[in-house]
Amino acid sequence: MQRKDLLGLYDLSREEIELILNTAQPMKDIIQRDIKKVPTLRGKALVTVFYENSTRTRTSFEIAGKYLSADTVNLGVSTSSVQKGESLRDTIKTLEVMGFDVMIIRHSMSGTPHYIARNTKMSVINAGDGTNEHPTQALLDLFTIREHKGHLDGLKVAIVGDILHSRVARSNIYGLKKFGCEVRVVGPATLLPPGLDRLGVKWYYSLEEALQGVDVINVLRIQRERQQVGFFPSLDEYANLYMLRPEHLHLAKKDVLVLHPGPMNRGVEISSQIADGVQAVINEQVTNGVAVRMAILYLMMGGIRDEIAG
Amino acid sequence: MKLLVKGGRVIDPASGMDQLADVLIQDGKVMGIDRNISIDEGEMLDASGKLVCPGFIDIHVHLREPGFEYKEDIATGTRAAAAGGFATICCMPNTDPVIDNAAVTSFVRERSRKAGVVNVLPIGAVTRRQEGNELAEIAEMVAAGCVAISDDGRPVMRADIMRYALEYSKMFQIPVMSHCEDLHLSKGGQMHEGFFSTIYGLKGIPAEAEEVMVARDLLLAKLTGAHLHLCHVSTAGSIQMIKRAKSEGVHVTCEVTPHHLTLTDEIVGSYDTDTKVNPPLRSQEHLETLWKALKDGTIDCIATDHAPHHFESKDCEYELAASGISGLETAVPVVMSLVHKGILDLKTMVEKMSLGPARVLGLDRGRLEVGAIADLTIIDPEAVRTVDPAKFYSQGKNTPFKGLEYKGWPYATIVAGKIVARDGIIA
Repeated sequence: MQRKDLLGLYDLSREEIELILNTAQPMKDIIQRDIKKVPTLRGKALVTVFYENSTRTRTSFEIAGKYLSADTVNLGVSTSSVQKGESLRDTIKTLEVMGFDVMIIRHSMSGTPHYIARNTKMSVINAGDGTNEHPTQALLDLFTIREHKGHLDGLKVAIVGDILHSRVARSNIYGLKKFGCEVRVVGPATLLPPGLDRLGVKWYYSLEEALQGVDVINVLRIQRERQQVGFFPSLDEYANLYMLRPEHLHLAKKDVLVLHPGPMNRGVEISSQIADGVQAVINEQVTNGVAVRMAILYLMMGGIRDEIAG
Repeated sequence: MKLLVKGGRVIDPASGMDQLADVLIQDGKVMGIDRNISIDEGEMLDASGKLVCPGFIDIHVHLREPGFEYKEDIATGTRAAAAGGFATICCMPNTDPVIDNAAVTSFVRERSRKAGVVNVLPIGAVTRRQEGNELAEIAEMVAAGCVAISDDGRPVMRADIMRYALEYSKMFQIPVMSHCEDLHLSKGGQMHEGFFSTIYGLKGIPAEAEEVMVARDLLLAKLTGAHLHLCHVSTAGSIQMIKRAKSEGVHVTCEVTPHHLTLTDEIVGSYDTDTKVNPPLRSQEHLETLWKALKDGTIDCIATDHAPHHFESKDCEYELAASGISGLETAVPVVMSLVHKGILDLKTMVEKMSLGPARVLGLDRGRLEVGAIADLTIIDPEAVRTVDPAKFYSQGKNTPFKGLEYKGWPYATIVAGKIVARDGIIA
């Protein structure tokens, strides 16, 4: 892949997305082998720097690197000198001169990976920045959808919940639109951002209307803090209006897929019957996340393609 | 000591003059404006091909001294002004200590006389420490030289305090300069709310955060009959309300910044913290309304809101970055770009940067006529240069215009008959 950094799907081309998804397929095969290690990235080093709590994304990147034989280090913010007041620029420089090839960054503030990318020779992979993008999550969602539907073109996808603050929603929208999907978003009016029409996204307040005839439902995690600052009155009211329940699935296509980026609030945005039901592919998403991240690391750290395919 | 400015195109919006003429200056005053003046002794400045204008006035500048000399000080800020073509600047009171009494006012004036190279007129605070609760000692500040009052940067949220400030200010014929921002609506916001805030995932500041307060302040100006001046107006809605208030006879004036006239929220996508400013860069529709309002007179003047910051306050995450643009040294070329594009005519530009701001503050400046103080701004409309913050006199290198090429730069700045800057270089 001819780029130093992976910051978002907004500026990835359809071809680049397809390259990543196509590369993820053989990676998934590796994960399912008995011996899950290939020597492809031996001698390369990556560091994950997470300024926000996350277990699955960080673990997913770490194991993806390890399966490819890269050296992986996790910098926990609480254990780093960030706590001692070190500036982000100094942290970046320190990691760069230690010789890391790739920095995987999660940060609560939008645009921080872009700032880092401008200020380092390391490749930067965005593992979620504020309310902006979460490109690897969207890529694993696309991979999962494509694996089940055989293609992405023209699918109808509903994204449910807090669209305003969701980086998962943004990255999914940018990715899906590149495949001509009909993207619908649904949530309380206070949690829908402006400019959706201009983005070519259909928006709904009613969950029932939004789900009519869709191929995919992507349910977002609702942050409890949003209630406290006044975006909606109570979690109960939210659940009454937007929790995905079994009866909703009849509105969608028969073979509808239900995705959730996790971790789930069962009984708030998704009912347990759905979460554990046959239409949900939530655990597959986690496996595919490792495969997609292996593909990205491989493409960005300059492995040789034949090694994997062979 | 005589100075002859020879052969320039003299533009004086007050008299309507726009012709080739020589300007003779003696003892700090304009002694003659005519064709073919000659002098036997003294200095001559060849202004052929140049625009000779009344000295430009910027009524909205943050000089940062006292208290924040690591961002800017009176020496560097006034040099930036001179290099940028400004003969007079008004400095905002959000210093440390705040300019909220006669002593700090006197300090700023004294420092400006000693270390400054252009005229500096201080603006006092509306409330003590700009805390928004009790009025500052306005009479004493005016006696010490303040030309207006403002809590710029910290809007007066309490409507009752704003009302009293407006009423009280009437006694001194000074405007209350209001930074209109509802802090609840703008809380946590990083950029203009709209399509691009959605795309870039940054919390938006709706146009209404400004407009709600513009509406409130216009009503209070009407109630009190006081002179309200609205700082850095940035939205179409504000313009509509101001236009209507003016037609109803409310004593309101307003300013617009060069960046709000030329840059849109789209450029925030770089996450370059130099694009972060308050009020935020708006969308194209707002810009177009501002252009019209400049032409139809709804906007009284152009002011830079020069807000220099230390490198480290901008070299960080977007959300953590300080708001503000170092604007003194780019104002003329940026506004000239509107002239070159046919959006603004030259006479209006000159008016909005000289006579307009003088009128807002009731200053005896902004005219180029015999007997006037010899403050002149001379522009080379054909000079082409690229904005290079490293060459700024200002300590604040924070500009979203960096690296952009502009045509039309200050050629000379004359303050009370003395050439203080020439071709961007301090004399």
